[in-house]
Amino acid sequence: MTETDAIGWFADLRIDDRPTVGGKGASLGELTHAGIAVPPGFVVTTHAFELFLKALEQASPVRALVEALDPADLDAVTALSRALRTRVEQEPLPQPVERAILDAHARLTGDSGATVAVRSSATTEDAEDASFAGLQDTFLWVLDAQDTVRRVRECWGSLYSVESMTYRRKHGLPEDGVAMAVVVQSMVDARTAGVMFTRSPTTGDKSVITIEGAWGLGSAVVSGEVTPDRWVIGKITGEISTREISDKHIRQVPAPHGGGIVDEDLPADLRTAPCLSDEELQALRAVGRQVEKHYGRPQDIEWAIDKSGTLLLLQSRPETVWSAKAQAPVAAPTTDPLKHVMTIFGGRK
Amino acid sequence: MSQPTKGFPLPSSLKVVPGTEAAQAAYPYYIQFNPGDDERFWFYNSMHFPEPMHHFDMVTAEAAYCALGSFNTRVHVLPTTKGIDHRIINGRVFIGGVAVTDPAEIEARTKEFQQRAFYYYEHWETLYDQWKEKMKALIADAQALPKPSLPDLEPIETTHTGKGVAANHALIDTYRKTLEGYFRMWHHHFEFLLLGYGAYLTFFDFCKKAFPEISDQAISRMVAGMEAEIFRPDEEVKRLARRAVELGVDDKFHDNMVIDDVLAALDQLGGAGKEWLKDLETSRNPWFNVNVGDGFYHYHRSWNDDLSMPFAALPGYIAKVKAGQSIERPTEKLIEEREQLVADYRELLDTDEDRATYDQLITLAHRVFPYVEGHKFYCEHWYTNLFFNKIREYGELLAAHGFFAEPADVFHLTHYELESAIIDLMLTWSSGSQPIGPQHWPAKIAERKAAIKIWAEHTVPPALGQVPDVIDDPAIVMLWGITRESLDAWLSEGEGPSNELKGFAACQGVVEGTARVVKSVEEISRLQQGDILVCQVTNPTWAPIFQKISAAVSDIGGSMSHMAIVAREYELPAVVGTGSATQRIKDGQRIRVDGGRGIVTILEDEPVLENA
Repeated sequence: MTETDAIGWFADLRIDDRPTVGGKGASLGELTHAGIAVPPGFVVTTHAFELFLKALEQASPVRALVEALDPADLDAVTALSRALRTRVEQEPLPQPVERAILDAHARLTGDSGATVAVRSSATTEDAEDASFAGLQDTFLWVLDAQDTVRRVRECWGSLYSVESMTYRRKHGLPEDGVAMAVVVQSMVDARTAGVMFTRSPTTGDKSVITIEGAWGLGSAVVSGEVTPDRWVIGKITGEISTREISDKHIRQVPAPHGGGIVDEDLPADLRTAPCLSDEELQALRAVGRQVEKHYGRPQDIEWAIDKSGTLLLLQSRPETVWSAKAQAPVAAPTTDPLKHVMTIFGGRK
Repeated sequence: MSQPTKGFPLPSSLKVVPGTEAAQAAYPYYIQFNPGDDERFWFYNSMHFPEPMHHFDMVTAEAAYCALGSFNTRVHVLPTTKGIDHRIINGRVFIGGVAVTDPAEIEARTKEFQQRAFYYYEHWETLYDQWKEKMKALIADAQALPKPSLPDLEPIETTHTGKGVAANHALIDTYRKTLEGYFRMWHHHFEFLLLGYGAYLTFFDFCKKAFPEISDQAISRMVAGMEAEIFRPDEEVKRLARRAVELGVDDKFHDNMVIDDVLAALDQLGGAGKEWLKDLETSRNPWFNVNVGDGFYHYHRSWNDDLSMPFAALPGYIAKVKAGQSIERPTEKLIEEREQLVADYRELLDTDEDRATYDQLITLAHRVFPYVEGHKFYCEHWYTNLFFNKIREYGELLAAHGFFAEPADVFHLTHYELESAIIDLMLTWSSGSQPIGPQHWPAKIAERKAAIKIWAEHTVPPALGQVPDVIDDPAIVMLWGITRESLDAWLSEGEGPSNELKGFAACQGVVEGTARVVKSVEEISRLQQGDILVCQVTNPTWAPIFQKISAAVSDIGGSMSHMAIVAREYELPAVVGTGSATQRIKDGQRIRVDGGRGIVTILEDEPVLENA
């Protein structure tokens, strides 16, 4: 293993790299490749994690202890979680891994003091289940290289959270394949951010795009702390058929001193003002269509618009709820098209 | 869902407005509400008859329902519905469908329908070509009818040719032919209409199931034709603008011009001026035979009767031509856009079966739609215009003989009463005595004029009688867009914000501006650049002024109306079919039009003074 294996830059990654860079990392690579603007960044790959884990295992066992757990024994799970997370967060990193992260961080920020977001990027399909996705960590507004390393280790540590280990043991997943990649990308100082579904979450209609957004960082929308503004737009026509402008009582912004984010009260006029212009909605629609076309299926997208008005995608993953449903034909097929007019003229069936 | 206690009043509970009883009684007996009507459901046909009806204009309802019903009930044999009955009270036309509910009868009618209607679908193009020939022949017949007149003495030719018929006979002959032609025209009108709408609605229904949140507007854009005759008048105005520039007479056209003076000046100019006047004549026949309304009222005059509309557009078009801008309708581009839209939605379908059905249905819709779009020019515009103008000639003749003061007073007589007045005149012209009409009609006309004024101020419920569980009548759903949901909306009317009007989203875009409530074509010169047009009916004949306004709002119309199609071509935000915009919006108010959602918001209550 070399230093370069420990890091993958978005521009060099494709969706097939998922086993080593996780779903989030691979998707950001794929988006970059497709020419869609994302905040630049890199992935600390599973190789880096494996290298670290090897070092940990040499000191004392990790995976064997997890595999021996009884998921019903909550005390044992809790105790092991505490122990393993402490180890992951505190034991020395192999030098090549630490070097690789620090170098990549320097290259990304150019020593400008720019902040980054550190987000775990799970490698397995089922890890994308809503139930599992929520267990993964995202750290916003991470200030410097050392802090970045610390947050990467916390992301790794989340593999050994009580919920995560219990889930794996209940499903009998081998620890051998368990690894975590971590995305490090430039922090977007978002003026407005939110989510976008390239189909209707309520009817499954693929001809509309639903956009939700609020002022400030998208975390407020994702976590549900703010009722977002909501629009429904014709995917093909661009018609805006729903405009629900909500009272957005706060926005999340970078903490004024030190890393992290804080809630900020909003002045009355901003609270009830739409957080996106029609032009921005159309730009979102265009990029949503582009991503959907690229993947060939409806997407669930996180996006942000920075203070200069640039639209960036933070994440795109396949929509799962409606896509999993079996599709019955809309009308029974017939060779005689005229038979279809009986749906109108034939009366109620 | 509204409360179960809500309902519409029974017809028997509706009272004739005091003081208008005689005018109400003058409508024919068979369209007065009768006790049995309480058992049925009726709704006010505000879409076609938004204003109190002159007694003569009821001929439009009569002829149209005669024809609509015949085709539904007895020609195409629609399985679940027969025709439409109509009634009138306080000048407002209420209509009620006749549903077929017996399953055995539906089954028998389905068999008939499939061999009759399917024949039409299969031979659509041939039958439609034939239809156009029939319509043109009918128009030629109407144009050939002589102007009614009574000489003092017969011309000597009557004797020398052994004609054997005197002039008074031509009065009744022409009148009956005029009426006969109008009734026949309405038969032609409905020959294809329901089948055309039905094929369109089949595609519409499929799209709504496949894409539950698709807008009506998106579906109509996929179906809309681009070549229909009804778009031609606006193209002719553009042609005249280009010709004016080519001929170097463009300086004669400006805002606030007096049309007659312009025509006289061009004539005096000779050469190029006369050349342009020749071009004008070419455009006028037939393309200016379009009403500024939808042709159901005698006062929906045509461009040919009043050149205000095309002339209002000329200065703007001329300025664009001189600035080197293209004013051509980009037909090819529009067709390309439509094909792209059809392809893009197709791509979203999940299965091959759905794509196959989609292809079948859009193909059928595209085959039938030229009729749905094209017939209006021949029927509601050209023919209706000829018809009412012929009646106007009778008005002139009767006014000249003292039956009433103004030629247009003739429209206060029912078509039976008009025939009786004509016979009165025929009799007394032949006997050499004085007609009785001049003593009989003026009082009645005054009474009816007053009644129409009163009725215009009086509102009627949107529906009457028993509310059905479902509206299962395809004709009513197709032509009026009435569903159980829309009835519930009517029942809860007045519960929404009072400064908001809902209509059909006709063309997307949000615009704020000054409302200009335009009730007749004479008022269009009041429109300033950037105003929002608020009017009762808009159809493509208003297109020429779309270049001047920033948005349009109408009382009447659906997302498939021509107005909606043209608005989209001009990328003019528009909300149509609001029901009451011209009543609720005051001239000069600031309003916001959201053409994507079909919502008009009144931003301030007080009219503001114009800055102009």
